[in-house]
Amino acid sequence: MSELFYDAAPNATRVAPPRPTEREYPDKPEEVILFGTCVVDLFFPEAGLDAIRLLEREGIRVHFPEAQSCCGQPAWTTGYAREAREVARAQLDILDAGIPVVVPSGSCAGMFRQHYRELFAEEPDTLKRVESLEARTFELTEFLLKVCKVQWQDAGQPTRIALHTSCSARREMNTHLHARELLGTLGNVERINHDHESECCGFGGTFSVRMPEVSGAMVKDKTRSLMDTGADEMVTADGGCLMNINGSLDKQKQSFRGRHLASFLWERVSGEGAV
Amino acid sequence: MSARNNILQKLRSGLVGTTPRPDDFDERLVTEPWQYNPDDRIRQLRTQMEAVHTELYQVTSQNWPEKVAEVLAARNLGNLLHAPGTEHGSQLAEYWQSSGQSVELLTYDRPIEEWKDELFWNVDASVTGTLGAIAATGSLVVWPDRMEPRLMSLLPPLHIALLKASEIEDNLYTFMKRNNWSAGMPTNLLLVSGPSKTADIEQVLAFGAHGPKELVVLILEDA
Amino acid sequence: MNQRIPVTELTSTFRERATGALADQQLRTNFRTAMDSLMQKRADAFPDEDEREGLRELGNRIKARALSQLPDLLEQLEANLTANGVKVHWAETTEEANQIVHSIIEARQGTQVVKGKSMVSEEMEMNEYLADRGIECLESDMGEYIVQLDHEKPSHIIMPAIHKNRHQVARLFHDKLGVDETDDVDELIQIGRRTLRRKFLEADVGVSGVNFAIAETGTLLLVENEGNGRMSTTAPPVHIAVTGIEKVVQNLRDVVPLLSLLTRSALGQPITTYVNMISSPRKPDELDGPEEVHLVLLDNGRSGAFADAQLRQTLNCIRCGACINHCPVYVRVGGHTYGEVYPGPIGKIITPHMVGLQKVPDHPSASSLCGACGEVCPVKIPIPEMLQRLRQENVKSPAEGPKVKDGGAKYSAKERLIWRVWKTLNTSPALYRLFLWGATRFRKLTPSNVGPWTENHTAPVPARRSLHDLARNHLSGNGSAKGGQ
Repeated sequence: MSELFYDAAPNATRVAPPRPTEREYPDKPEEVILFGTCVVDLFFPEAGLDAIRLLEREGIRVHFPEAQSCCGQPAWTTGYAREAREVARAQLDILDAGIPVVVPSGSCAGMFRQHYRELFAEEPDTLKRVESLEARTFELTEFLLKVCKVQWQDAGQPTRIALHTSCSARREMNTHLHARELLGTLGNVERINHDHESECCGFGGTFSVRMPEVSGAMVKDKTRSLMDTGADEMVTADGGCLMNINGSLDKQKQSFRGRHLASFLWERVSGEGAV
Repeated sequence: MSARNNILQKLRSGLVGTTPRPDDFDERLVTEPWQYNPDDRIRQLRTQMEAVHTELYQVTSQNWPEKVAEVLAARNLGNLLHAPGTEHGSQLAEYWQSSGQSVELLTYDRPIEEWKDELFWNVDASVTGTLGAIAATGSLVVWPDRMEPRLMSLLPPLHIALLKASEIEDNLYTFMKRNNWSAGMPTNLLLVSGPSKTADIEQVLAFGAHGPKELVVLILEDA
Repeated sequence: MNQRIPVTELTSTFRERATGALADQQLRTNFRTAMDSLMQKRADAFPDEDEREGLRELGNRIKARALSQLPDLLEQLEANLTANGVKVHWAETTEEANQIVHSIIEARQGTQVVKGKSMVSEEMEMNEYLADRGIECLESDMGEYIVQLDHEKPSHIIMPAIHKNRHQVARLFHDKLGVDETDDVDELIQIGRRTLRRKFLEADVGVSGVNFAIAETGTLLLVENEGNGRMSTTAPPVHIAVTGIEKVVQNLRDVVPLLSLLTRSALGQPITTYVNMISSPRKPDELDGPEEVHLVLLDNGRSGAFADAQLRQTLNCIRCGACINHCPVYVRVGGHTYGEVYPGPIGKIITPHMVGLQKVPDHPSASSLCGACGEVCPVKIPIPEMLQRLRQENVKSPAEGPKVKDGGAKYSAKERLIWRVWKTLNTSPALYRLFLWGATRFRKLTPSNVGPWTENHTAPVPARRSLHDLARNHLSGNGSAKGGQ
């Protein structure tokens, strides 16, 4: 963990942490924990299952601790730090086993890797456990690409897709780069850039209900950009954005839809699913 | 207690028990990307300045007054503000006389208050010296003084600036160091990078917002 | 234009103003076009990522070094400026700052003030304050002049009239100045030039802001493109500079990287047309320049942000506007929706310290925390972290003692209870699984209207079976369902 202070005084003037260095990846492990995330758990469980299948396909034994719930992000971003901390602590307890944690969501992975240290800044003992979790946490596409170094044969029909990456996934986990590279290995998949691709879809957790007018304008613009690509569908590695974008598309009575990247990938490599 | 004391006291209480951060200024970050070999230096200056509508001419310390006359003639201007008290000013005046130029030479020889109206509305052009220039950003360094006051390079629609080629530095940092500015600054010191401009309406670039509409730089190659 | 903000007190909320702005297609097009272009210009100005990141780090460290000894540097600045002949004043509030400015003008029996661009003077509402006392205070930056003519406030800190297109400006000039309506931008600017040049000539006092105040040499540095800043600080017999206490830097050389970061981040320029460094009033043998130069150092809540080491980072700001240009919220609602002087991400994190959270209760929430602002900030202010912290201070109860001025503006016992319940659910595995069971089992009972969410979406319907369920089934074959614990 980077030390933000020049001197130890709590009121010392802070400087920005050093630029993150390129992450070093371990060899492919024998077993991992899947942290499903609350949104996937309740709304996109198939995506979670597809993530498990993708990992198993690489010969990895997947554990799914039953006691997992939510990473704590909704409360944290809304300002309820105390509530977020207790929920985070509960996750820390079940993710302590020392094996890699794979998360089918860049923003939840980012929560583990970037924000748990803020939540537990005043608990030195907990911080040690957080440090361990940070080092072991991988977003799904990152894990498949960098740790498993997957070599896939695309078993699907030719298709054109647009990729949306959540903002925290992009900025905290580089998920857009990993997902692009992974999709690039699939011979029959054409990825089409969309207008203002790096711009937020307007979800932002409780932002979408605290500021529905602004959030609504953002998601409307995002859905338009996505549909303008003429792609067959949108894929994303984040449940929150997916719920936001698909919910908006449904409200607009559009047939275009987004899908979780895990499900899309599983379909491509397994040859299962719609043809 | 005074506002001053209140503010300082509040700030100090926020820093109790802390020490000032060290001065870890890394000058490589502001010099290394902005270094040029002698040939490229003028080219870099030219590219940067031309990108913001500045005209540059490479002349000599002997023939530059002719270029001034040419620039004025091309625009059909009636007068030119100059500083006869400077070396270049007197050189210009001599040329003007010897070659029988018709453009009227004006002199900024009284306090602004005594001829504000005329200076604001009726001066067509000015010619001033410069302290040098910065290649990286295409900037003239202008150090107004008694002979060439501050408004001389601002009010006339056309500003002609003389620049000695030997006074072009790679970047602001080296210029500052070489001239030891940190030891003391004049009343006013300016970096001028092109004619006055604005993009305040629809981001459309328009020149001559409040200052000169045109900037002409004469580079004295042998000086 | 429903974006017009009269000088009178605002009574609407952020959301109400946002709703109006979002419905104004012309306004949205104006902003989208402008912000897209500004983002592109910044990107083009930093072609080398390593160079950019190195410079941002340096900028961050320079500002942190200045803040880590701010009181000492302010005293050094004062001492050096005083030695140079500049009079330094201190103001805790905008009211005090206005009084100081007014008394300087009064001492000269001045009636006309011409202003270079200054966001601090906007913060002070100096124009209105002086107008009430019979003094005309005219904006001279073209953009500022346009919004002042239309009795508006700037909608952007760098490009004040960015919400207007040329036709709107043409009509405004026609209506207010009696000139022929023209859509030619060059001509419009020349109209402004002629009108304002007379004002520069007549003005008794020139007012400006400051971009960097250099303690080492006692120098005020101003950047601009138009020349109105040089006019305001040179032509009138008195120059009053107003600035926030956070603008001081230690050494002259510190401005080299900061200047580069500022102009490249703001408009994608390698440098502005003018960098104007002022260190003293007119000396006895000089022929122009003001006889008096004053500097007013304004606190206005900045020391409140300074008191907290985390929030202190807000004061790194060099007012480039890059965070605004890259903000997906700002580009849609425009600057006036924020209802305060500083819009966009920087406005959201600095304004609460100035006016208190009760006055801007929605500021911290009006962000999806996408992080675009923090990514481009030239001095690396962790803007999302600041917003996040302000949210915490905003939902605290009075008993918890919020650490930001008028904090707790969004405190709600009911909302707190909801999050407590959420916490209980997510920390008790049995309860959580019960919740999953209920939600999937009774998914058809999900109400079709779930508050604000269903304004933009259909209601989300839980899946038939939770991932907990699916994973247990799937993994039971190889015995890993309860793995990990």
